[in-house]
Amino acid sequence: MAELKTVGTSVQRKDAIEKVTGSAQFIEDRYMGPMLYAKMKKSTVAHGIIKKIDLKKAQAHPGVKAILTGKDYPNKIGLYLIDRDFLAVEKVRYWGEPVAVVAAVTEKAAAEAVELIEVEYEELPGVFDPRESMKPNAPVIHEDLGNYEIVPIFYPKPGTNIANHFKLRKGDIDKGFAEADLVIEKEYYVPQMQHVPIETHKAAVQWGHDGKLTVWSTAQSPNVVRQLLAKSFDIPMHKIRVISSYIGGGFGCKAGASVEGLVIPLAKMFPGYIVRIIFNREEDMQGTFTRQALFSKLKTGVRKDGRITALQYEMIWDGGAYTEYGVNIVRAAGYSSTGAYDIPNVKTDSYCVYTNNSIGGPVRGFGMCEMQWGIERQIEEIAKQLDMDPLEVRMINGMKKGSTTAAGQVVQDVDYHKCLKTVADQIGWGKKEGKYRGKGIAGLVKCPAQPSNAASSAIIRINEDGTAHVMIGATEMGQGMLTAISQIASEALNIPVDKIDIKVPDTDFTPYEWQSVGSRITYTCGTSVKRAAEDALGQIYLIASDLLETPQEDLTFDGKKVYSTKDPGIKATIREIADSCKKCTGEGIAGPIIGRGSFVPTNMTNLDPETGQGNPGLFYCFGATGVEVEVDPETGVIKILQLAAAIDAGQAVNPQLCISQLHGGTIMGLSTALYEEVKFDKGIMLNRNFTDYKISSIDNTPHIDSFIIETPETNGPYGARGIGEQPMIAVAPAVANAVCDALGIEFNTFPLTPERVWKAIKDSK
Amino acid sequence: MSEKIAINFTVNGDNESRDVEVGQTLMKFIRDDLHLTGTKSGCEIGECGACTVILDGKPVNSCLVLAVELDGKELVTIEGLTKNGELDRIQKAFIDHAAFQCGYCTPGMIMSARALLERTPEPTDEDINEALSGNLCRCGAYQEIREAVKSASKK
Repeated sequence: MAELKTVGTSVQRKDAIEKVTGSAQFIEDRYMGPMLYAKMKKSTVAHGIIKKIDLKKAQAHPGVKAILTGKDYPNKIGLYLIDRDFLAVEKVRYWGEPVAVVAAVTEKAAAEAVELIEVEYEELPGVFDPRESMKPNAPVIHEDLGNYEIVPIFYPKPGTNIANHFKLRKGDIDKGFAEADLVIEKEYYVPQMQHVPIETHKAAVQWGHDGKLTVWSTAQSPNVVRQLLAKSFDIPMHKIRVISSYIGGGFGCKAGASVEGLVIPLAKMFPGYIVRIIFNREEDMQGTFTRQALFSKLKTGVRKDGRITALQYEMIWDGGAYTEYGVNIVRAAGYSSTGAYDIPNVKTDSYCVYTNNSIGGPVRGFGMCEMQWGIERQIEEIAKQLDMDPLEVRMINGMKKGSTTAAGQVVQDVDYHKCLKTVADQIGWGKKEGKYRGKGIAGLVKCPAQPSNAASSAIIRINEDGTAHVMIGATEMGQGMLTAISQIASEALNIPVDKIDIKVPDTDFTPYEWQSVGSRITYTCGTSVKRAAEDALGQIYLIASDLLETPQEDLTFDGKKVYSTKDPGIKATIREIADSCKKCTGEGIAGPIIGRGSFVPTNMTNLDPETGQGNPGLFYCFGATGVEVEVDPETGVIKILQLAAAIDAGQAVNPQLCISQLHGGTIMGLSTALYEEVKFDKGIMLNRNFTDYKISSIDNTPHIDSFIIETPETNGPYGARGIGEQPMIAVAPAVANAVCDALGIEFNTFPLTPERVWKAIKDSK
Repeated sequence: MSEKIAINFTVNGDNESRDVEVGQTLMKFIRDDLHLTGTKSGCEIGECGACTVILDGKPVNSCLVLAVELDGKELVTIEGLTKNGELDRIQKAFIDHAAFQCGYCTPGMIMSARALLERTPEPTDEDINEALSGNLCRCGAYQEIREAVKSASKK
């Protein structure tokens, strides 16, 4: 491969100037035209039948234009399982579920009117623990589960609360346990967390007089929003335009479609007006996706030499009231259920279970943080019982080139061992530093969880002066996509990054991208853009060849001109080629240059419904986290003394932005390890603000030593793979492993709050 | 209609007179009336710091201040840091260190950092941590932010 010029350099972010000057436009910063403001009336019970909704007082409130309830539009929506009501119809399934939506001339009037709506419920018994909810006598939350439309790779059990049962059988589990010298079985619990992007969910919708629906949304995936709305409201796709702005943090909560559908029927009533809804912080925490809680049982068989021979994993996920998206997290955790380890015999059952808690859904890690918590904790237990070094157990079982995943997919381009060794060396592994100090390491792996045909496309327009516009459907939520994608285009086109313009998407003008999720964009969109660039470049050569009457193979393009390698005097500027090229006689040769590229995975397959075997991964990204802690035995407070993170980016497109992602994921992981847990009381979310739900702030964020490992991804653009989600995954278990090393106390759940640690110290005495 | 009160103030160096609703927050006034949308809304209850502006030299959560309190005061928003198209040194430092990701908390973060550098020209890590602890960044750019503020202080 030729030496890289732009890929691999830390060029300045494309969005830098806008973001530091406050001129970067987010949805709420846009003036769009005459507006109406919407607010939701939310349920006050977690499970109940709506007996009556009295709108009279609210309708008479000054400024109110319209109020709609679930009866007015019983449309459903869902990415994988179409089970979600925009507005509750007949019954509510979680506390805070929208039951009515008001449009008014001011936000204040809408909020006041909401208070005047009177709703009468007949409360039903609720279920708030998925283990209870799985039992045959549990109250059924979705009576119509058997009639819901579903992507046929999920397996609900109608008549129960099980929305998906993912089964995986690899090798021979009985043989695996028979070969083991030691069998360990433990239970683990991971609570719900919230993404809390600083920008909440927002959408504005206009129903044009011509029947065109325009949607401005904080969604991570404009194309999927368009697709889901088209289906839910039965509108042809060319009549829906979804416009993205910069997104003020996503982390998964803005994936799929969320708030947009709440205001579409209101917009339809007032053509020309823009109806806007903005979730406040409390609504954002309680009414959008939370990370699904996980109750798991993990049993491993291991030989005396440290080799794991069998793994049996039962995972029961709290899917919450609607599992339209959550069913796929459960699937992903199932097919990845050996974590970063090559284990020959596996039996996994992963259940997505409805409860009357808030809606479960995608969060950075997509099930991997929760599932690999158990794996990475259990390896410590294995090491302890075998009196081995836990790092060695990881090294012995860790995946390497040619290993197979739980699903039986062969992994390539892997150097997990280097990731482990890097963080171990950094934190001085093996050296005990003091009585209440301890060190811990954990590893990670993740592939994008996406349908096997999740596609991507790109268009590149070459301007008359040789500058270019890159048009794509991916969204910019901080991950640096605009910059990385421009660098890939620049590399392939040989045009400098500063001569490339790139913008966030608008479905009327930018080509299709499935979703900006799963750390897939660098790979998928990057591949499309590289292909579009090569297509444009091919046209440049073709046109130049005609113009210069020179064979293409003798020509080369230096970004400014095309010239003959045999006679540099034979040359044409990019301007001459790109500006509707004509011969000196005036005869036209070619019109404007438009490069086209698209991508769909060819290495993924469906999974066998009984064994879960197949190829679910587009690529696999490995990494590791190392931590040193000091615990105050009097208070239970954990101090992070060292934090090291390594991720295998394949080829860092932009090293500075890779480090940003590595830091960001590590800090979010640390925040969940130490502070974050959404608390419910019979479905009522108790901590719905930043005072009660604490997240990392600058004053409690330690220095991170970060390492980008580069084991090129054979099929990734210039060897790159995505790394956005991954750095979060190993942090919580690494911290717990370090605390365990310090205190000799096992933790099977987190966050490791001072209270929890203090109690554990007290109980151990 | 709600009661309105006339106020006089300066915003980013310009004298202004406006009639403001008595219950309106400074954050809403800045965004909706002055159309200075660089100031962001993240929680509206003073917990996230995204709406931080500098009022008479001090950083405040503009969601916790009433617009009427602006009377007679000097307001600086993120838009006021750029002079004749030239970025402030703290803005340049944020770019050099990639001290932001999604950019939503960034204006508030920069205003808190600017106010810190005004009162403590050479802050320590502890000074920075304390001054910016009320500005949440969920993307986790804290390490880069610390480096950016330190580098801006040296100039």
